[in-house]
Amino acid sequence: MDWFRIPVGDWADAGLDWAKDNLAIVFDGLDTGFDWMVTSLTDVLLWVPALVLIAIFALIGWALRSWQLALGTVISFLLILAMDVWTSAMQTFALVLVAALIAIVIAIPLGILMARNATARAVLRPVLDFMQTMPAYVYLIPAIIFFGIGVVPGVVATIIFSLPPGVRFTELGIRGVDAERVEAGQAFGATPGQILRGIQLPLAAPTIMGGINQVIMLSLSMAVIAGIAGADGLGKDVVASISTLNVPLGVEAGLGVVILAIFLDRVTSALGTPADHPQSLRAVVARRRTARADLVARSAS
Amino acid sequence: MTDTVALKADGLFKVFGRRTAETVERLRTGIHRDEVKLGTTAAVIDASFEVKRGEIFVVMGLSGSGKSTLIRMLNGLLDATAGTVTIGGDPITGISAERLRAIRRSKISMVFQHFALLPHRTVIDNVAYGLEIQGMPRAERLERARKTTALVGLAGWEDKYPSELSGGMQQRVGLGRALAADTDVLLMDEAFSALDPLIRREMQEQLLELQETLQKTIIFITHDLNEAMFLGDRIAVMHDGRVVQIGTPEDILTDPANDYVEQFVQDVDRARVLTAGNVMEKPRLSVSESAGPRTALKAMREGYSSAVYVTGRDHKLLGMVRDRDAMKLVQQGERSLANVIRPVMQSVEVDSVLMDLFVPSVESPLPLAVLDATGRLVGVIPRVTLLAALGPGTTATGEIVIPVPAAEIDEVLATPVGDTTIEEQETR
Repeated sequence: MDWFRIPVGDWADAGLDWAKDNLAIVFDGLDTGFDWMVTSLTDVLLWVPALVLIAIFALIGWALRSWQLALGTVISFLLILAMDVWTSAMQTFALVLVAALIAIVIAIPLGILMARNATARAVLRPVLDFMQTMPAYVYLIPAIIFFGIGVVPGVVATIIFSLPPGVRFTELGIRGVDAERVEAGQAFGATPGQILRGIQLPLAAPTIMGGINQVIMLSLSMAVIAGIAGADGLGKDVVASISTLNVPLGVEAGLGVVILAIFLDRVTSALGTPADHPQSLRAVVARRRTARADLVARSAS
Repeated sequence: MTDTVALKADGLFKVFGRRTAETVERLRTGIHRDEVKLGTTAAVIDASFEVKRGEIFVVMGLSGSGKSTLIRMLNGLLDATAGTVTIGGDPITGISAERLRAIRRSKISMVFQHFALLPHRTVIDNVAYGLEIQGMPRAERLERARKTTALVGLAGWEDKYPSELSGGMQQRVGLGRALAADTDVLLMDEAFSALDPLIRREMQEQLLELQETLQKTIIFITHDLNEAMFLGDRIAVMHDGRVVQIGTPEDILTDPANDYVEQFVQDVDRARVLTAGNVMEKPRLSVSESAGPRTALKAMREGYSSAVYVTGRDHKLLGMVRDRDAMKLVQQGERSLANVIRPVMQSVEVDSVLMDLFVPSVESPLPLAVLDATGRLVGVIPRVTLLAALGPGTTATGEIVIPVPAAEIDEVLATPVGDTTIEEQETR
């Protein structure tokens, strides 16, 4: 059967070699950019005293969801501090935030394009399937070839892996907007751009937020794999603990990932569904404000 | 004449699917829409009509009749496969998207079946939506929207969100949004169909009330014939994609163009559509003021009635005379009825709908008097006629069989048996 061997792998390798030789400027730029973003964010997170940062995280949790989340955040992040994985956790946190942010910035326009254009949809859908189902480790190989060992291949592999749900949810959200409401925009003479900004995006926002939540969760699940590529953080600790069968380090680093995941999930899922969280600080403030406005209106009349 | 036409549709076709031009050609030869090829759907076939300025033009048809497709071609939400639409002289078929948007902003707005409000905007911002798209500055458009919001009865609700409103109120917002845009033509796509019957009635009445002052050109789509009859100045009935009849509500009810329309109007609430003028009869029971009491008594005896209407020389209704009073006059040898004319307590105008005739009809001692705008007695409606008019069928509004006058019956009874021949009896 040797004659039937199709050297797909060799072609891919040749393609990568070509890209490495010819697109070096692009990759160098990306390398510098991503590296700078992750390192600066990590520096900031580590520069702020841990207790202050915990207080800020708790406040974000309270503002968007509930005081219970705030309390849980304080306890769980204090545990990270007590397990002495704070530095690794903040490195992972920075990597996840940067990768997720870039993924979202790419995903939402792609999702909009797919929602509006059948050709784009036909082309992009198999690409997204490919990105999502190809084993995540495989991305590390070209990423390491292009960017070398370090944080950047981790960021790139994370972006590729976490991008698809962001695109899909955006497309789904926009296509799911009630057709009559879009017609209403058209009937009053709105341009496609006005309909997108004024009707489709606001109405699709909860679904898009669901997509963003998925992007962030997938980014975090890639954090460990990024550790293999040499990115500093909890992933690297986990990889180290596997190679040395270091149970205490493995458990502590793993717990750190879990705590970060729960915090990010609760906060980002609350972002898209403010109505479901009447206990949140922003809901309380909004209620007070309308109550005061009502009072003013009543006393004026 | 063209300046009174607000919207004109000429030979409109909408065919979905492949080879649409060929299908249009085949449909033009008059084939039924079920005969077109698989994979093509003919939604609207050769629709032509003119809507006059200030008119409520109702397009009525059951689901699948093509009415929703038709209304969407009138503002270009759907492209017509063939045919043209002009609004106030401007064509809206075959023009650029930019030009179409400009026409939608300035000339034609729409109210939707399920309201299609924007849930993230307050009532006032929803009402102001069209103005925002027109590019009006915020302060000015809020000012205008506030007025319109009050006009549709939502004053005090400006800062609420649509989800805080009932269905009827939400549709008021939808109506307000369309009215605020201040376009000449208003498309209403089953606008009240999603509402409860009571609310629907209220909204219909309010729409007519607003229309009195605003005088918009309204094209109203509905599947509810009663609604069509109540609102429409003229009605277009659609069936299987074709417009089968265009006419006033009375035309459609009394002179249906084909079996389909006739079957359809059987269910209509005739009491709300037919007017006194449609069913009234000649005022047999009336005498002129100059007639004496004897003439009046004779008329009463012939009409088998205890009273008779009295009209002036110009046929204006003066009142009525009762048999007892007339008899007294005869006994006293009086010549004039003037002193015994009593006022008529119940009378109706010629354009009152039958619905409003029941109570006066019950209370009136005589067949109900029907007056025109100047107060002239133009007809009467006996109770039996009123009842018969509510029944379906062609005889409903036709001649009612009048009972044989009592005098004739007396005559027949007075003659000995056997004198009347059998043939005569049979011809009765």
